[in-house]
Amino acid sequence: MANTSTIAAPVVTVKASKPKRAPLVTRSTLNTIAKNLIPPVVVLIAFLVIWELLCSRPGAGLPPPSRVVTEAWDLIVDPFYDNGGTDKGLFWHILASIQRVALGFALATVMGILVGTLIGQSEWAMRGLDPIFQVLRTIPPLAWLPLSLAAFRDGQPSAIFVIFITSIWPIIINTAVGIRNIPQDYRNVSAVLRLNPLEFFAKIMLPSAAPYIFTGLRIGVGLSWLAIVAAEMLIGGVGIGFFIWDAWNSSHISEIIVALVYVGLIGFVLDRFVAFVGTLVTRGTATA
Amino acid sequence: MTYLSIENVGISFTRAGRTNEVLRDVSVKIEKGEFVSLIGHSGCGKSTVLNIVAGLLKASTGGVLLEEKEVNSPGPDRAVVFQNHSLLPWLTVRENVALAVDKVFKGKKSKAERNAWIDHNLSLVNMTHAADRRPSEISGGMKQRVGIARALAMEPKVLLLDEPFGALDALTRAHLQDSLMDIHARLKNAVIMITHDVDEAVLLSDRIVMMTNGPSATVGEILTVDLARPRRRLDLVEDPTYTHARAAVLEFLYARHAKPAMAA
Repeated sequence: MANTSTIAAPVVTVKASKPKRAPLVTRSTLNTIAKNLIPPVVVLIAFLVIWELLCSRPGAGLPPPSRVVTEAWDLIVDPFYDNGGTDKGLFWHILASIQRVALGFALATVMGILVGTLIGQSEWAMRGLDPIFQVLRTIPPLAWLPLSLAAFRDGQPSAIFVIFITSIWPIIINTAVGIRNIPQDYRNVSAVLRLNPLEFFAKIMLPSAAPYIFTGLRIGVGLSWLAIVAAEMLIGGVGIGFFIWDAWNSSHISEIIVALVYVGLIGFVLDRFVAFVGTLVTRGTATA
Repeated sequence: MTYLSIENVGISFTRAGRTNEVLRDVSVKIEKGEFVSLIGHSGCGKSTVLNIVAGLLKASTGGVLLEEKEVNSPGPDRAVVFQNHSLLPWLTVRENVALAVDKVFKGKKSKAERNAWIDHNLSLVNMTHAADRRPSEISGGMKQRVGIARALAMEPKVLLLDEPFGALDALTRAHLQDSLMDIHARLKNAVIMITHDVDEAVLLSDRIVMMTNGPSATVGEILTVDLARPRRRLDLVEDPTYTHARAAVLEFLYARHAKPAMAA
């Protein structure tokens, strides 16, 4: 009798604790989700309400959110349509813009890291190149466009060049700082091991400077996205910038607003994506 | 024939037009398998001597001969264990050792042999269990052991230790000193160790090189520690040779070459 009761007791507690534990975990996760989600949702709703109130008056310059949704409903529900030419869904415009950014930004990453390494390693190169770069980097992205159109005689490579020239400066500067901050100890280790310059670059420099490089890449991708919208307004073709300009010319203000929401969201995603890759790559270094 | 010979080494640094002589006429001869400590007050140029032997600094006068050949650049035959371990934080313990082994033995050992050699060196310092952890995830004593494993894995002719246990607590330090004695007994490398710990110097060394204070520091005295190996710290506490050697070093450091600028 005594035995059976002692055996039965733990069975009961195990059974009781299991279903109890599961909802406890979900409740706490729900709590944290709610804590992070409720404030932005409340603020967003408040913002939309104020906007609706301000723009519902007759004679208002901008449409209220309710009209934006009804007018641009086709655009919102079907981003994938393709009627040929430039009459495509927002997805295709965004895709074209992202492709340009990806190409220009990739070129800027490779060149920026190489040039940044050179400047970080060589006092002479820094003295020679730094003043030039400090002047060039203050040139607004769009000011490069006429020059690149003249050089390439085509919109597509010109847009890519504008992305490249816009995003390369923070990559160069941050890489150079990262290279200059490599601890002497790591250089000593590589000297004792007799690493050749290529091995030193790949095995010591890049990982050691990675946190700095990714800071530069994050700034760079943000600037690229700023520049592409403006550049596409001028060069035309398919792309979110052209879409916005086209909508303005046809007085489709609601479409512009929808496109702007997309532009903001994609910019946010790009920034987070680069940051995410950065945390993956610099796992060890950051905690050094 | 001397194995490693530091001959009349002097070094001066010039900064802003002012020349500052750090070392003058440092000469030490070290035999194969010998364990030599460099001891002296901080700032006397001990690390500079070690860096010259390592090839990381160039002597202004004199030079270093290893097996009759002049040393003038760093290399794996003079592996260094740095004071602050200098492990690469983005590599695991094993990868840190592998970096050295793969570089030094590329073409001399097969991939499998190199892997076995990495494992062997990790087990030599009892770090096999943490092979896949990163430096930030292990203790200071463990990092220093990995640093030693990395240096030993290069099969150096001379092992250079720059205050290897300086940043560790007393218990960990004692433990690592014992491991180092074991390893030295097995491998019989020539070792030069910098230390500021008198007990450590006497316990580990065959000879202790005592340096005078800088500027223009040089070798003040060389003391031979005539104690049989293996040495055990507990047996040595009352040993007259040990206490005598300890007293001699203390006397040199605090009576004859006390640091003059301490008050300032």
